[in-house]
Amino acid sequence: MDKLLNDFSPGLFVVQTILLLLLILLMVKFAWKPIMSSLTEREEGIQGALDAAEKAKLEMQNLQADNANLLKEARAERESMLKEARDLKNKMIDDAKTEAQAQANNMIVQAQAAIESEKKSAMAELKSHVAGLSIEIAEKVVRQELSNKDKQLELVASMLNDAKLN
Amino acid sequence: MKVAKQTFKLFTLAVMLFASAFAMAENTNDTEKDTGGQIDTKEEVEAYILHHIQDSHDFSLFSYTSDAGERKHFGFPLPIILWSSNGLTTFMSSEFHHNDDGHVVVEKNGLKFAKIHSKIYELDGGAATVAFDETHHATNAHRVLDFSITKSVVGVLLIGLLMLIWFSGLARQYKKRQVPTGFGRVLEPLVLYVRDEISRPNIGEKHYRKFTGYLLTVFFFIWILNLLGLTPFGFNVTGQLAVTACLAIFTLVIYTVSGNKDYWMHILWMPGVPILIRPVLAVIELAGALIIKPFSLLVRLFANISAGHIVVMSLIAIMFTLKKSLGVVGATGLSLVLSFFITLIEVLVAFLQAYIFTMLSALFIGMAVAEHDHEHEHDDHGHEVADAEDVRGDFI
Repeated sequence: MDKLLNDFSPGLFVVQTILLLLLILLMVKFAWKPIMSSLTEREEGIQGALDAAEKAKLEMQNLQADNANLLKEARAERESMLKEARDLKNKMIDDAKTEAQAQANNMIVQAQAAIESEKKSAMAELKSHVAGLSIEIAEKVVRQELSNKDKQLELVASMLNDAKLN
Repeated sequence: MKVAKQTFKLFTLAVMLFASAFAMAENTNDTEKDTGGQIDTKEEVEAYILHHIQDSHDFSLFSYTSDAGERKHFGFPLPIILWSSNGLTTFMSSEFHHNDDGHVVVEKNGLKFAKIHSKIYELDGGAATVAFDETHHATNAHRVLDFSITKSVVGVLLIGLLMLIWFSGLARQYKKRQVPTGFGRVLEPLVLYVRDEISRPNIGEKHYRKFTGYLLTVFFFIWILNLLGLTPFGFNVTGQLAVTACLAIFTLVIYTVSGNKDYWMHILWMPGVPILIRPVLAVIELAGALIIKPFSLLVRLFANISAGHIVVMSLIAIMFTLKKSLGVVGATGLSLVLSFFITLIEVLVAFLQAYIFTMLSALFIGMAVAEHDHEHEHDDHGHEVADAEDVRGDFI
């Protein structure tokens, strides 16, 4: 300890204090201040660039998500539109079918009615014709009878033959 | 490019120093009378080592004894500046003719001076030669305030200049480009290291800017001087008590001046302990803050660096001390291998001590400026609930 104290040089201590103080002041003024500010500036620049990149990435992601959503929506819409069209088509076909059926049925009914009425009118005409023919035959028969009995019979036979043809 | 140019300039300066050193080789005949400069025995080695870890008043590179028995020294003298009883006295160290045991007396300014073990003594009035007692202490001389440009001061000046050139060069580079080139690329990560690993975590995000300049200066100052101490120039600046004491006192002044209310509160009137214990704690805390902390800083650096120098020189001395028992080749080989590995370790220690000094300085400053947050949680009775962090905060 005594030797250590003896080794301590007060003069060197004073000189060192002055030099160190001077060195600290000079270093702070000419080196550390500009270096520190430049480093901070650079780091802030780098941080800013990184932040901007991160932001751009996020925006890109958002955009991509939006795109995907849009695509999905469009696909769903197309799907629904197709389905609607298909339904509409089926409905139209069905409608057309039923309408056609109804119309056909209607026409058949009308035709049947027309046939029935025609048949009736034909029967009536036939009846009146037969009646006329009968009266005519009867008239001729009556006239022949008046002249010749044989002749009258012959006449009836031929008449009947005629009537058969009719 | 500028940095490269400056480095080149420095090299030229170093070369010129060497040249002048050789030019200034001097002869002395009588001084190292007993051994003729030869160091062979253990005692001589010990004396040599103790002499060489001391500060020196001249810059000697090496010395040898010529065939004619003349002791020749290569190096250059340094100015001696004394504050004696007759005021300021200056002369060159060459006037002592490399004598270190008080036998050469220099007369200046009407006073007589002698150099004993690297310390300059002023002889008391009337005495012509230094008288010694049996423990080799001067009885008729006293030490004077010695502001000489000693070898350590030369080292400090050299490193200071080097640091200024290097780091102001780095600072200038940033004006032109974002990323430095050349030597600046080596310096930048070191600066960032001190800032991000030492200053910022220990002092805290809010205050670290103010103190980083000091920490950076101290870190590079100690580190480069430690490394310089490993070169054959034989500087031992950071192994000088005066230098480490100065560094420690700077740290002490900085953390004492910048201590906030909380810091003094915790030292003088520790919250959270019984009233009766508080004055006792205050004494302990005051001693810790004002004496123990700086003392540990100064002794740690001084002891580590001095010990490193002593060990390296002792291992080199194996070459001579074990010559008889191991033979020339064996002793030289052993010394070479051991001192090589110890030198490697010393390179690590050079960094480590700079790191530890800076780290602890940052830690002490951090404690002084730390802001203890007082928004504690309160329990049902309105008492503060102390969390672990607060308890820790109370004790640092």
